[in-house]
Amino acid sequence: MNNALLTKVVKKNTRSDTPEFRPGDTIRVHVKIREADKERTQAFEGTVIARKNSGLGETVTVRKISFGHGVERIFPLHAPVIDRIDVIRTGRVRRSKLYYLRALRGKAARLKERE
Amino acid sequence: MSPGILGKKIGMTQVFRPDGQVVPVTLLKAGPCVVVQRKTPVVDGYDAVQLGLMEFVKASRLSKPAAGHLKKANVEGVKFTKELRIRPGDDDLKPGDRILVDQFAPAQKVDVTGISKGRGFAGFVKRHHFRGGEGSHGSMFHRAPGSIGASSYPSRVFPGMKGAGHMGTQQVTVRNLEIVGIDAEDNVLMVKGAVPGPNGGYVVVRRAKR
Repeated sequence: MNNALLTKVVKKNTRSDTPEFRPGDTIRVHVKIREADKERTQAFEGTVIARKNSGLGETVTVRKISFGHGVERIFPLHAPVIDRIDVIRTGRVRRSKLYYLRALRGKAARLKERE
Repeated sequence: MSPGILGKKIGMTQVFRPDGQVVPVTLLKAGPCVVVQRKTPVVDGYDAVQLGLMEFVKASRLSKPAAGHLKKANVEGVKFTKELRIRPGDDDLKPGDRILVDQFAPAQKVDVTGISKGRGFAGFVKRHHFRGGEGSHGSMFHRAPGSIGASSYPSRVFPGMKGAGHMGTQQVTVRNLEIVGIDAEDNVLMVKGAVPGPNGGYVVVRRAKR
């Protein structure tokens, strides 16, 4: 993985417009959707519970509660279908994977804001 | 036009197509290559071109015969050479010609030949995809081959029976890989999918045979 040319190709293909965010933060991901020949964006807002992989394969897992059901979506961070990502709120957490949130509901699943 | 180009495997990554599709790609440092010798039917009995991959080579690392051979074509910095058969219409190459990645185009298909990674003395399961037995539940038959022949007749094992043994370090060709991208500045070729051999291993990239 430490090849200069490989790093160069990866750098060239990575998106530089993704904001900085960490697990525990709440983000809104705007995804481009093609319907027939029209294009529109759809937003998905939720808590970042995991960031996985590095380089061009980096993904983010976003979890939200929708009509009482937990919904998770995994977005490839460097995909062209991602229109933009907004950071809504930061959260203070003590681990990098917040899978424990899946077992929690309501008040217990809240996260404190990061200073 | 050359029938192919020599290169080195850099490593794998993935890229996104304009339509959003993810493609696994192998990066190859392809060329610059130089024509070292031109084999002709009159002199050598067949039609081929010997290419050399240009890289940094210390003069003292070359044997005297190799150095003399390169001197004939007036080329320097070549360690890895390979002969490629000439196909009809590829006749315009002469010693000293440079061959670069820009002779390939995206979406073109290529065959990539390399030396596969060595696996040492490998068992049946890894080498021939035998299923092996259960790991537990009282099973005492794990990764063994099973029967390799009958007892009283023929009383011997037939030649050519699949068995454990040395695996890998063989020449392997992967056909019809699609070229996803080309970087003429860095001599980098992006091909879709995996390529035989370790990172840093030498590869031969040919225009697809069919």
